Amino acid sequence: MNEYIIEMVGITKDFPGIRANDNITLRLKRGEIHALLGENGAGKSTLMSILFGLYRPDAGQILKDGRPVEVRDPNDANALGIGMVHQHFKLVHNFTALENIVLGVETTRNGALRMDQARTQVMALSEKYGLMIDPDAQIQDITVGMQQRVEILKMLYRENEILIFDEPTAVLTPQEIDELMDIMRGLAHEGKSILFINHKLAEIKQVADRCTVLRKGVLVGTVDVADTSVEDMAEMMVGRKISFGIDKQAADPGDVVLSVKGLSVAGRHDKRAVSDVSFDVRRGEIVCIAGIDGNGQSELVYALTGLMPVESGQITLNGADITHALIRKRNDAGLSHIPEDRHRYGLVLDYDLQQNLVLKKYHHEEMQHRSFIRVGSVRAHAERLIRQFDIRSAQGPDTIVRSMSGGNQQKAIVAREIDTDPEALIAVQPTRGLDVGAMIYVHEQLVRVRDQGKAILLISLELDEVFQLADRILVIYEGRIVAELDGKQATAQELGLYMAGSRKETA
Amino acid sequence: MIERVRKSLSSASASLIAILAGLLAGFVILLASNPSSALAGLATVLKGGWNGGIKGVGQMLYYATPIIMTGLSVGFAFKTGMFNIGASGQLMVGGLISIYVGATWTFLPGHLHWIVALLMGMLGGMCWGMIVGIFKALLNVNEVITAIMLNYIGMYGVNYVIKNSHLYNQLRNHTVDVAASAVIPKAGLDNIFYMMKGVYKDASSVNAGILIAILCAVLIYILLSKTTFGYELKACGFNRDASRYAGISEKKAIITSMAIAGALSGIAGALMYLAPSSGMHIDVEEILAPQGFNGIAVALLGLSNPIGIIFSGLFVAHISVGGSYLQSLKYMKEVVDIIIGLIIYFSAFSLLVRDVMKRIAGKRRAAQVVQVHREGIPPVEVIPDGAAPDAAPRDDTGQKEAQP
Repeated sequence: MNEYIIEMVGITKDFPGIRANDNITLRLKRGEIHALLGENGAGKSTLMSILFGLYRPDAGQILKDGRPVEVRDPNDANALGIGMVHQHFKLVHNFTALENIVLGVETTRNGALRMDQARTQVMALSEKYGLMIDPDAQIQDITVGMQQRVEILKMLYRENEILIFDEPTAVLTPQEIDELMDIMRGLAHEGKSILFINHKLAEIKQVADRCTVLRKGVLVGTVDVADTSVEDMAEMMVGRKISFGIDKQAADPGDVVLSVKGLSVAGRHDKRAVSDVSFDVRRGEIVCIAGIDGNGQSELVYALTGLMPVESGQITLNGADITHALIRKRNDAGLSHIPEDRHRYGLVLDYDLQQNLVLKKYHHEEMQHRSFIRVGSVRAHAERLIRQFDIRSAQGPDTIVRSMSGGNQQKAIVAREIDTDPEALIAVQPTRGLDVGAMIYVHEQLVRVRDQGKAILLISLELDEVFQLADRILVIYEGRIVAELDGKQATAQELGLYMAGSRKETA
Repeated sequence: MIERVRKSLSSASASLIAILAGLLAGFVILLASNPSSALAGLATVLKGGWNGGIKGVGQMLYYATPIIMTGLSVGFAFKTGMFNIGASGQLMVGGLISIYVGATWTFLPGHLHWIVALLMGMLGGMCWGMIVGIFKALLNVNEVITAIMLNYIGMYGVNYVIKNSHLYNQLRNHTVDVAASAVIPKAGLDNIFYMMKGVYKDASSVNAGILIAILCAVLIYILLSKTTFGYELKACGFNRDASRYAGISEKKAIITSMAIAGALSGIAGALMYLAPSSGMHIDVEEILAPQGFNGIAVALLGLSNPIGIIFSGLFVAHISVGGSYLQSLKYMKEVVDIIIGLIIYFSAFSLLVRDVMKRIAGKRRAAQVVQVHREGIPPVEVIPDGAAPDAAPRDDTGQKEAQP
């Protein structure tokens, strides 16, 4: 038997104006976890699209078990045993887990569904790989981590041998990430071969056997993860030495800018999403709210920014009560918001880049005159931010934002929100989906804004980010602030305990 | 600039393909009902107003006037993310009010009279449209339901009011004619579009209404593309959540955009019923004004672009006038209506179908590609130029597709 289950040899793919993949060779061993590492735009997706049958390569060959194969479309890929967990899951929300798993490959008798057989099979698989799903739970009621397991089961149920995971950890909490790592190891142990697209080096180090690095469409190399340091992999990825950890002076907090007192926000099912939360954010400091996803962070932010009504409590910005103020009024008073869901809130995807960059200030005198938009100013503004924040797109200010990469969409939002010269900046997972280079850039910007004497409230699920940026850490658990820690003295372990709710400060 | 021209040409070509599909469908009916004159019939339809010479062209402009207005009404609502199926009712209400003003407010001097009648009609349609917006904004009632109900309320209400007022001419079962000063002037157009019958100048019904309709289209175009107000409305249409995030009042946007859509339909009614010759009164009939529904086809065919709507309105009128000459080829009147309807709606719907197909294909691709990886694949239509070429996921949760 061939050592390699899938080989992509000399793959080249051109798009008008750009060579996305240049003579790339990737060999996937049977039963290994193989990481695919690269910055946004390095060509990882193009390569995986070719493997999954979404693109035809201009040159090169795909071999399965040493024999050349054609992958013309995803059905071919499926027939070859290639499955994929997409980053944004492809699940029907009001179907149960089981229904989602069998969707498209249902067993029927005389046209009637026969679920019992499928159920037995799915449950057997779920047990074998320790996925522990509830087959009858509706997708909309289960956590993101569980949804991901349903996606994994979908592949297993279709008897896929080669599993592609596209940035699977981006949406997970630290605990869920650990569990996923275990699941992936289990899968590999049972002989499944895994391609793991990621740009979080620590995770690659933790779980992958080998790692292939791409940069600007070119293969940099394939290395054994065990023999390669994180720093070396990072250097391979970005092509230069990068320093983790950014320059950050000690904070010099000034007056209180954003103050929250006894804030409660209603949640679903008669439960409070946020209850009795109080804190201050001062000029020149970054206060970070750490916690596992779904503990009331979103609702807290929505209440602060006016997207959700406040049940009780008070919010003040520079001493002025904004508890029930209109969103426009809050924005104009200097409240900036990098939202967690960039497609839902952050951008009008069908507007072009320049229109999106003035989303918060199109009504200001500099952008309009007697309610006629100053076309020249809007364009100049866009060009300045594009230059300053290195937002890359195909057609500059005229690019429809929907066609831009997630990383560049995020940069556009960060640029817009920082550029308004805010009094207080609420940043929710500001580096979600960004590669290392862009992430460091955003972090530097946040620190720079802090040093200009702005107040920053950072909501993050990633401990690395929390430790990197926070001057003070507030831990949120089930809608309450359970601890306040000093950013420099807190340890990951301590923080983890608070986040998991197993320790509480007697405040 | 060149890029923009190229883009608008490519979308115009989509409309042209749709029109060809519509004509093909009409041709099938022509073949089925009277094969021997099918080709001549198709030629007649295509010749449109020209069948009647320059006067026929005038008639075409006359028919185009109200449907350009209702097309604008529907298209404007589309742009802001709503489906205004209530143009018909708004048109009737607006029409009645202009008739009322035109027939009774005779104290108004000269030109002022028809202008006021027109504006009051606009106001009537505006109120009728605003009701839909208010229900949607404050009570979250789907605009389609409200609008359809208001169509019937409008039609029966108008008939009721006419029959129970001094406006009713019982003998002819229509309203009294408006005063001469309330009739829209011909603005010299009758001196262009006429035919000589001996020494008698047989002028077409075209009047200043067509100029007003074109002016409205230009104003709406400016409103949508050049002003902050248009920016807000379109943002709401594309993504309501992001608009809220930006501090735009979505409720206000919904209400004002339906009010404007209603106003445009109201103008359509006014221009119809204040027009010289065949206009000047409302017949009491129990049918919803077809101009309201043709507006949907016009808007679709014009891709909701105000300038495009001028052309699609002219096209639909052209085909309708052309179709009316089919009777001379021994096609039955009903068949003629079927053919016209088929061409118009097939054109509009083939465009819709094309859009839906594209969206499904796009989604499928996005579903796979994008989600596959977020870094670097340009979707097929985007041409990257060295920068990061990317496909972003089409997000189904956040973005509201322009309806329908």
